[in-house]
Amino acid sequence: MKKFSITLMALLLVAALGGCAGGKSSEDKSSASASTVETQGNGTTQDQTPAVDPKYGGKVVVGVQQDIDSLDPHKATAAGTKEILFNIFEGLLKVNENGSLICAVASDYSVSEDGLTYTFTLRDNVKFHNGKNVTAEDVKYSLERASGLLDGTVLVSSLQTLKSVDIVDEHTVQVTTGSANLELIYSFTTAIIPAGSGEAEGSNPIGTGPFSFVSYKPQEGLVVKKNPDYWQEGLPYLDEVNFKVVSGADAALLELKGHSIDLYSYLTDSQAAELANDYQIIAAPSDALQALFLNNKVAPFDNVKVRQAVCYAMDRDLANEFVTGGDGTIISAAMLPTLKDYYVDLNDVYGTGANVEKAKQLLAEAGYPNGVEFSVIVPSNYEAHVQTAEVLADQMKAAGINMSIELVDWNTWLEDVYRQGRAYQASICAITCDMTPSYLMVRFQTGHKKNFINFASSAYDEAYKKAEASMDLQEKAKYYKEAQKIFVDEAGTAFIQDPPITIALNKNLSGYKFYPIYVQDMSTVYYNNK
Amino acid sequence: MKYLVKKIVTLIMTLFLVSVLAFLAFQIIPGDVVTSILGTEATPEREEALRKELGLDQPPVVRYVRWAGNVLKGDFGESYRYSKNMNQMMPVAELIGDKLPVTLLLAALSMLIIIVIAIPLGVFWARSKSKILDVSLNMGTQTAMAIPSFFLGVLVTYLFGFVLKWFAPGSYVSFRDDLWGCIRYLIFPAISVAIPKIAMTARFLRNSMLTERSSDYVRTAFSKGASERRVSYVHVLRNAMMPVVTFLGMIIAEIVAGSIVVEQVFSLPGIGKLLISSISTRDFPVVEILILYITFVVIFVYFLVDILYRVIDPRISSK
Repeated sequence: MKKFSITLMALLLVAALGGCAGGKSSEDKSSASASTVETQGNGTTQDQTPAVDPKYGGKVVVGVQQDIDSLDPHKATAAGTKEILFNIFEGLLKVNENGSLICAVASDYSVSEDGLTYTFTLRDNVKFHNGKNVTAEDVKYSLERASGLLDGTVLVSSLQTLKSVDIVDEHTVQVTTGSANLELIYSFTTAIIPAGSGEAEGSNPIGTGPFSFVSYKPQEGLVVKKNPDYWQEGLPYLDEVNFKVVSGADAALLELKGHSIDLYSYLTDSQAAELANDYQIIAAPSDALQALFLNNKVAPFDNVKVRQAVCYAMDRDLANEFVTGGDGTIISAAMLPTLKDYYVDLNDVYGTGANVEKAKQLLAEAGYPNGVEFSVIVPSNYEAHVQTAEVLADQMKAAGINMSIELVDWNTWLEDVYRQGRAYQASICAITCDMTPSYLMVRFQTGHKKNFINFASSAYDEAYKKAEASMDLQEKAKYYKEAQKIFVDEAGTAFIQDPPITIALNKNLSGYKFYPIYVQDMSTVYYNNK
Repeated sequence: MKYLVKKIVTLIMTLFLVSVLAFLAFQIIPGDVVTSILGTEATPEREEALRKELGLDQPPVVRYVRWAGNVLKGDFGESYRYSKNMNQMMPVAELIGDKLPVTLLLAALSMLIIIVIAIPLGVFWARSKSKILDVSLNMGTQTAMAIPSFFLGVLVTYLFGFVLKWFAPGSYVSFRDDLWGCIRYLIFPAISVAIPKIAMTARFLRNSMLTERSSDYVRTAFSKGASERRVSYVHVLRNAMMPVVTFLGMIIAEIVAGSIVVEQVFSLPGIGKLLISSISTRDFPVVEILILYITFVVIFVYFLVDILYRVIDPRISSK
C-alpha cells in the first residue's frame, strides 16, 4: 500500500494543479497491490502479471451478502450495492486498484488556482449502454442531480458544496464550488447517467461501465453482461457476471463447496481453512476500522480515566490472533494505516497487549476500585465483531472490566447506537471508509451528526477544522495527525484493528484486483484455462 | 349456506385483527425504516424527504387507515426495500407473486413425498406384529422428529450434494428458465421438509389405526368374515384417516406459509426467506401482506379440511 499513499499525495498535488493522474492505469501492472496481498492456507497469491494469456468469454457467479438497496447509482448508499454498481457506472473519474484516480468519462481536467473551478474535458466516443454517446448535457444533468442543484435534494452529500455546472462547449464542462477543498476531487467519481434517465418512468440502469445491466430479481441477484463498446480497449474479459445473493455465511459455505459460486468475500478464518483445497484463498486489508466504541456521554465512559483504562486493558493482539488469524493491522485512531500521509502510529500510547496494572490503577483513580460493568451492543450479523466481543469480554475481566454482550439485529443497532437516542454504553462495530481522510475524522467533531460516540473536545475540533481548510498537503497532514493524537490521548474510543478481508476465488480465474475501497471490479477477471 | 357466510365473516374478522396486530408490532420493534433504507451517510434533508414520501410523518392511525384502504382497493403498495428499476420500488403484489411459485412448488413436492411415504408406512407399521420392527420404527421416527430443520437441511445437502453428488448445492435455477431443473433441485429441500413430517404422520396414523382396531365395528366386520386385509384397508383406514387429515392440513398450512429455515439453507427465493429478510429490513408493506397471506392460507386450509371431513364421513354434513 506504500505506492498507494504516494500516488494519493501525487494525485492531490496534481489535483491542485490540474491534469489527469495515471492515464491508462488499468494496464499498469504495478506490484503495489500485489505486495499487500497475503497468502493464507495453501492458497496462492492472485497473480497480477498473468503467466497465461487471458481468455475472453465465460460466466462468473459472485456471491454477495446483501441484497442491493437501489438501482440508482446516486441513491444507493449500501456498500454492498456500490461494490456491484461499480461495474455498471463510472464517473468523470474513477478509482483504480492503487487508490489513485484515473480519467474515465473525462479525458482530462484542471483545477483553478483558488480551488473553486474544475474544468473537465470529456473523452471522445464514450458510449452509454444504450448506444448513445456521452454528451456534456449528460454530465451536467448527472452532477446537478447528485449535488441537489436539480431539485434541491442532495443525493451525494460530498457534492453539496457545488454551486453550478456549466457547459463550456460540447466537450467541456465547468464545475464551480462554494468552498475550496482538496478532497472534493474524489467526489467526481459520481456516476454519469443519460440526461433525464433518473426521472424517466421505469428506466433500467444505464451507465458507461465495463458491464451493462441485464436483470435484477430481489433476493436472487443482479446479472450484468459485457459492454462491447467499453472505452478501455480489451476490457472486460467475461461475457456475463451474476451477482448472486446468498442467505448467510453457512449457506455460502455450502454453495462454495458445491461450486455454485466462483467468488465470495468475507470468509471467516475457519471457513477459509475449509475451502483452501478447492479455491484460491486471498486476504487483503478490508480498510474498515474496527473499534470498541465508547459512549462518552454515558457513565462510566463520561470519565476519561475509565476510557483510558479500557484502552490499556484491551488485548488487541489477542483479538487479532483469535478472530482474524493475525492478519489484521492494529490501530489506535480513526485513520487507516493505508492513508499513509495522514496516518500516525499511536499504538505505543496504550500498547497493543493488555496492561492490567495500569488499567486497575486508572479505574481506582476514577472511583471504581472494584472494577466497572457495562453492556456492549454488537450487531449479530457480523460474525467477526461478535467473536471479537467474546474474546475481549473474557480477556478484560482480569482488569476488573466486566463486559456483558448484547446481540442485536442491524436495524436495532442503528436505532440504539447511531440515531438520536444514543443511550448505549459501548458497541463493537467498524467504520468503513472512502478515499478521503476527512470521511473518517469529520464525524468526531463536537455535536456532529455522525458523532455517535458523543466525543467532545474543542482542541480536536480546532485541529480538524484547520486540516480541512488547509490547501497545503504538508500542513493538512500535520493537523490531521494532531487531531488523531488528541483523540487518542482523550481515549475517545478504543480502536482495535483494520481487519482483513478474505476471499475465495475459483482456481481457474485470474486477474482479480483488490481495491482500497469497497468494490468488486470484474472487468479484469478472466478464465486462465478453458 | 349459513355455514359459508359464517366462515367468511370469521375470515374477514381474523384478517383484520391480524393486520392490526402486525401493524402494532411494527410500531413497537426498534429500528427506523428511513435509516434502514438510507444508511448512515445521507443528509438530514433526504431523510426528511423520504419520511414524507413514505407517509411516516403521519400519526400511526392515519397510516393504518390509509394502508388498509389501499389494500381493500386491491393496491398492496410498494416495497420499501426492493427496487423494480431505477426510480420505482417493487410493487408488493409483484414481489410476492414472484416468490410464491417457488414456495408452492416446494410445498407440493413435499406433500407428495409425505403422503406417498407416510401413509403406507403408517398402515404397514400398524399391521406389523414384529417387535423389533416396532422398536426400530419408533426410534427412527423419534429421531427424525427431533432433528432441528436447519441441521437436517445441512445433513441432506451433505449426503446428496457432497457424498452422492446428486445435486450441486446452490445451483437453484428459476422455474421460469428451466422448470425441470428447478423441480430436480427442489426435490432435496422437499426431502428436508418432508422427513420430520413423514415421521409425525406415520406415527399419528399408526396410533389412530390401533385405536380404531379395538372399536366394535371392527369386531363386527371380522365376525362377518371379512379378511384382515379388507378390515384394515376399508374399515379401519377410512376412520383412522379422519384425525390424520386434520394433521395433514396443519402441515400443508405450515409449508405453504414458507419453510423459512429450509429456504434459507437451500438459498431458495421463496416466501419464507422473503418474510425473514423483510422483517430485518423493516419492510412494512411486504411484511403486512405476507402475514395476511399466511393467515389466509391457514384459515383456508382448515376450511378445506372441514369440507374434506364431510366427504370422508357423510354423518358430519347431515348434522
